[in-house]
Amino acid sequence: MTDLDPQGPIPETPEEEAETGALAARLALKQRAGGIVVPVMTALLAFMIGGVVVLATGHNPLLAYRDIFNGAGLNWIFHPTTNVANTAAYNLTQTLLQTTTLILCGLAVAFAFRCGMFNIGGQGQYFIGLYVANWIGVNFSGMNTVLHILLAVGAATLAGALWAGIAGFLKASVGAHEVISTIMLNWIAIWIGEWVFGDGGPLQNPDNKSVPISGDVADSAKLPVFWGDKQLQGLHVGFFVALAALVVFWLILNRTTLGYEVRAVGFNPDAAAYGGINVKKNLFRAMAISGAFAGLAGALDMLGYLYHFGVSDVPVSSVGFLGIAVALLGRNTAVGTGLGALLFGALLFGTTHGLTSNVIQPELAGNLTYMIQGLIVLFVGADVLILYVWNTRRKLRPRAKARPTEAAA
Amino acid sequence: MTEWAQRLENPVSARLRDPATSGYAGMALGVFAAFLAIPPIQARTITWPIVVGIVAAVLGIWTVTRGRRRLGIGAIVAGIAGIGLGILATRSGVGNLNAVFNAALIGQMFAFSTPLVFGAIAGMFSERSGVVNIGLEGMMLMGAFWGVYGADKGGSWVVGLLVGAGAGALLALVYAYFAIHLRADQIVGGTAVNFLALGITGYFFFQLYHGNYVAQGVSTIPNIKIPWISGLHFLGPAIGNLNLMIWASFALVIVSYIVVFKTPIGLRIRACGEHPRAADTVGINVYAVRYGAVVLSGVLAAIGGVYLSDGFGGGAFTDNMTEGRGFIALAAMIFGNWRPFGAFGAALLFGFSSALAFRLQVYSASASTLFNVLPYVLTLIAVGGVIGRTVAPAADGKPYRKQ
Repeated sequence: MTDLDPQGPIPETPEEEAETGALAARLALKQRAGGIVVPVMTALLAFMIGGVVVLATGHNPLLAYRDIFNGAGLNWIFHPTTNVANTAAYNLTQTLLQTTTLILCGLAVAFAFRCGMFNIGGQGQYFIGLYVANWIGVNFSGMNTVLHILLAVGAATLAGALWAGIAGFLKASVGAHEVISTIMLNWIAIWIGEWVFGDGGPLQNPDNKSVPISGDVADSAKLPVFWGDKQLQGLHVGFFVALAALVVFWLILNRTTLGYEVRAVGFNPDAAAYGGINVKKNLFRAMAISGAFAGLAGALDMLGYLYHFGVSDVPVSSVGFLGIAVALLGRNTAVGTGLGALLFGALLFGTTHGLTSNVIQPELAGNLTYMIQGLIVLFVGADVLILYVWNTRRKLRPRAKARPTEAAA
Repeated sequence: MTEWAQRLENPVSARLRDPATSGYAGMALGVFAAFLAIPPIQARTITWPIVVGIVAAVLGIWTVTRGRRRLGIGAIVAGIAGIGLGILATRSGVGNLNAVFNAALIGQMFAFSTPLVFGAIAGMFSERSGVVNIGLEGMMLMGAFWGVYGADKGGSWVVGLLVGAGAGALLALVYAYFAIHLRADQIVGGTAVNFLALGITGYFFFQLYHGNYVAQGVSTIPNIKIPWISGLHFLGPAIGNLNLMIWASFALVIVSYIVVFKTPIGLRIRACGEHPRAADTVGINVYAVRYGAVVLSGVLAAIGGVYLSDGFGGGAFTDNMTEGRGFIALAAMIFGNWRPFGAFGAALLFGFSSALAFRLQVYSASASTLFNVLPYVLTLIAVGGVIGRTVAPAADGKPYRKQ
């Protein structure tokens, strides 16, 4: 797992470089290849294979997907209304709640990717943000609302950044592979959750020591809800924060020196070092910024609609892992991540709580989401398929140009 | 790369890197563990002597796998002796110790470590051939579900073992195709395998069993009762009545050591992992070797999964049953420096940690959590290179392209 193979052949073409070289170089090439067509085809293929499984087990896949579509509230566009008494409108708010989280978890993966690192630890960073937000949200209850929210969100974001920063530091200082260290940090974060909310844990609700659940976030730290009812998980203003984060992500990467350096390191660390960029510093910074996005996701969830968290909620949450699929499908770009988050947000809610169907049970549909997620990640990872498509396109183009000349001759 | 060369020449880090340092540190810690519980420090819980003793043993394993065998074994012994003495010292103070520390704990250590041993050896084969296998967790999960399904429908645990292994092999084959032929990024591919397995097992568990426990009376993997041992005072509860797969895992470690390091096949596998181009030049079919290694990896990881559900779990499957054991196995493999006995030692240590966490649950939730989290923390320290660096096969994770 070294970064550079001294015995390896020197790549001659960008395609070869992309196949054998750094991850970011491969991804950069993928970004050039095929535009939006390939991700859409990837997703369609995954849905088709998922449909085959559904069909093989005796359910109608088309009806199942229709019910999931309705369960996610996407049928709202046919009858738009802001009244959440309408099922479609309510389901849509829930889908957008999930989208909010997934945008930020996706960005956490995407930002590290642009620096050539695979941040598999979004889940752990999300949890750490969640715990810190819960701690500050439950305590300090006498505070001014704006200050309280800012303090909780700021501390959670910082905590997420620090948690990912451990992996970034280990990568920068001793070259520890970030995949291994983030996996370990994930599990450490999970066990921290089991402990802090568990019996006698520091964040367990002091008024009810019989259940392993935290206290409720104070009213002063709850985020304002702009669509729906606060008691019924309405859509909170964190949605706009997530949208703003997409813009910030794009601005950092494309309009700042920091972003330039991060992308340079991701594309080719040796060339970046030769050009005077401090590679180690950027590895750490990129990882910390990634963690900040995930920590922010945890804070918004806690202050926006969860309000409390328990031991049994810890193993159920998988948004950090879904973020991997979101970022990969969105090709680590801002717009792509936003669209990917909407797709997976719809899948996440539409296959579980939102689903009312006599075609497919929520338990089956929920696992269908995992399958589709796995298939998408599998296909996106196989960039040679995409390279093949891209290469045939390039080969075809000069031939098409050459043909008229041949005819003239 | 040149930075690394400079770091290596740095005298301080060179001394830290020297296995002798970790060996002596381990011995010192082992002695320290024994003194923790008695005045003047007088720790009142058994946690601290055990933690310090385990760290000492870890340093010992580390030293052994890096060449200073005698020194390392000394540190391991010091660590274990430190734990023993530390516990003895606190014994009078804490009444519950008898319930936690008895011979059955040894048996439970083996029970908890067996899936890890299978997983770690599985990962070792794959990575020695140059394919990173993050998907161990998924392959193990496939084995856990389809193993119980096979045992239920086939009427025998042997069928379960075969069906489970087959399911793991199938998933590994899909992964191998993407990782080897399509040269997909192996980390991304492995992550996908984990999601896929979670979805497939969860889907079919509900489809076939409606999410309930598999019917009672499923044929389970039997325990091996050794008549002349099971009656003995200490050895009886410790190893007198272990599951068949536990013994199989011991055999697996020895066999895989011989295969990897003493046979031509092992040499080929290692050649593909270290320098595939050179291996190709001398006529080794790199793709075939890697396919074989990855599929074998899937089979072994799945057998670990079958043991989990049909042996250890008594024929019951639950959603996401592996709960990160595949990742601990991965950690054990890294900790054992991609070597069978190193991985076995690490798996035993992590299994001991889990068994202890399981038993301490009743008495102290926080101590239980501490031992649950210990494998991950130790691995994080290990990959952080605080006490020397792990050395992966040179071509690990790099797709190979034929010329």
